Amino acid sequence: MPDMNIIVCCKQVPDPDAPPSVFKVDTAANRMSLPPDMKPVIGQYDEFALEAALRIKDKAHGKITVLSLGNNIVRDVIKKTLAVGGDELILLEDAAFENGDSWSIAYALAMAIKKVGQYDLIFCGRESSDWDAGQVGLGIAEILGIPAVTLARKVEVSNGKARVEQVIPDGYQVIEVVLPAMITVTSELGSLRYAALKGIMAAAKKQPTVWKPADIGLEPSQVGAAGRIAKLARLFQPVKEGKCEMVEGESPAEAGANLAVRLRAAKIL
Amino acid sequence: MTEYKGVVVYGELIDGKLPSITTESLGCGRSLANELNEDLSCVLASDAVGSGPQEAIAFGADRVYTVEDPLLKEYQGDTHIQIAEKIARTISPRIILTGQTSIGRDLAPRLAFRLKTGLSTDCIDLSIDPETKLLQQTKPVYGGNAQAIFTCDIMPQIVTIRAKAMSPIERDGSRKGEVIPTKFEIDTSAIRTKVVEKVREEVAGLKLEDAPVIVSGGRGIGGPEPFKTTLKELADLLHGAVGATRPPADHGWVPEAMHIGLTGKIVAPDLYIAIAISGASQHIAGCSGSKTLVAINKDPEANIFREAEFGVVGRYEEVVPAFTQKLKDLLAK
Repeated sequence: MPDMNIIVCCKQVPDPDAPPSVFKVDTAANRMSLPPDMKPVIGQYDEFALEAALRIKDKAHGKITVLSLGNNIVRDVIKKTLAVGGDELILLEDAAFENGDSWSIAYALAMAIKKVGQYDLIFCGRESSDWDAGQVGLGIAEILGIPAVTLARKVEVSNGKARVEQVIPDGYQVIEVVLPAMITVTSELGSLRYAALKGIMAAAKKQPTVWKPADIGLEPSQVGAAGRIAKLARLFQPVKEGKCEMVEGESPAEAGANLAVRLRAAKIL
Repeated sequence: MTEYKGVVVYGELIDGKLPSITTESLGCGRSLANELNEDLSCVLASDAVGSGPQEAIAFGADRVYTVEDPLLKEYQGDTHIQIAEKIARTISPRIILTGQTSIGRDLAPRLAFRLKTGLSTDCIDLSIDPETKLLQQTKPVYGGNAQAIFTCDIMPQIVTIRAKAMSPIERDGSRKGEVIPTKFEIDTSAIRTKVVEKVREEVAGLKLEDAPVIVSGGRGIGGPEPFKTTLKELADLLHGAVGATRPPADHGWVPEAMHIGLTGKIVAPDLYIAIAISGASQHIAGCSGSKTLVAINKDPEANIFREAEFGVVGRYEEVVPAFTQKLKDLLAK
């Protein structure tokens, strides 16, 4: 089989597993206000997408190019993509890329992919863990005019086609798609592998390529906040009542029994 | 210039029936159409639409566009996008609604990008701004840690809605509406995917979405066994079903079909018993519609206690068996 050229889109996001209490909204500025010491991570689903690409590279020869769009992308964080086996890292990094919506993000990524030129597969996470939109992968496929398969839990390649196990309600279906194709990946594919020390050392020496809007043929007015279609009218946090009645006992077992009595008394059971 | 008017629901059919997400979409679409004083249409595309069109009318549609073709038996993005695009361009609706299901998640972004308009996915509230007539699209973001209201001044405005977030109208079999069978030649050269095989991994027993009681376990359960023993025993006693958060599903302790959360199933039972679940926002997104939430967790600081109505702090291995036993005694009386 000829070498596979694989592109993986990875987004830097605030750690979604951080305790909910750290997520605060700056209502005046209409944006999230997160503690400055909170370290970003690569989007969880993007990590699964990268793992999907690595598994294909394990079997076939190939090259994995990782694309990441944003501003102030933390090198230590994004270089993990190289440490685990990515070959090249391209950052679309500029203040103009900030605060985009699905439309402007997908458009810029599609233009960057066109500039990369050769690709057989594009992998994206099913959705980002900040805006939870789940649109960018399909948007890239539409803009590039290539087929798309969503919610993959397994991807294999042979004879110019990808065989994808797609998660559907109560099961999965196997889909064959012609290449080049865009595939979004879901969590059941499995976690991203750990980086070997050798990979970490090699990644430390590599420098990512940085592209500005002009490098992908776009005006600053076409990217980020300026290129948005969806307007963010308001960001807020609904007030939670938070009045949990704690049921106690001399021991955990007694507390459990008391809970049964309490729920019965409240006519819940 | 095109005049954009009316609300369209892109419906789903499962075994010839409208699933609840479609009747919920119609209920939401009906109230938006009423606010706008415009019509509500529904699109049903399948190999055979059966009684779907009449049902869509009974649940609020003024008009139903039907497309029947053997190629539509299985959902494929490359076929349904052709129909969705054609109908959007022909009838120029102001708003297109669909469910945040595996189909809606796949179709809506394709449609939005093809029509070069905006989309908000997973909306939990929709209303019309009386001044601008624009759709105000509220959706949870940051895994449910915040909510955003989006607007889009490009037509049509497209949204997907979260299951169980909207209510259907009461079914009225006497409602009148128009069914418009639509001839559409599917361009087979544009179908670049093929469904080779479909595998059902059904969970035995009650379906999670229909269960009045759900006993759910998180990462803290520690392995597959307790789901089949401790949790199942309690669920069986209460005629309920067992669910899980994402980590147990990802670890293969339980099948994916049991995963409740933002990217799993959305449930709204009368009683939700969360066991060894920390209460990550992404999980809460899947169960926040429950009438009563009870939490059992060894960590008194766990976020789940902020969501729960009743709580017990303690190791589930000790709390749950005693809880189950006491309930058994009480229910026997």
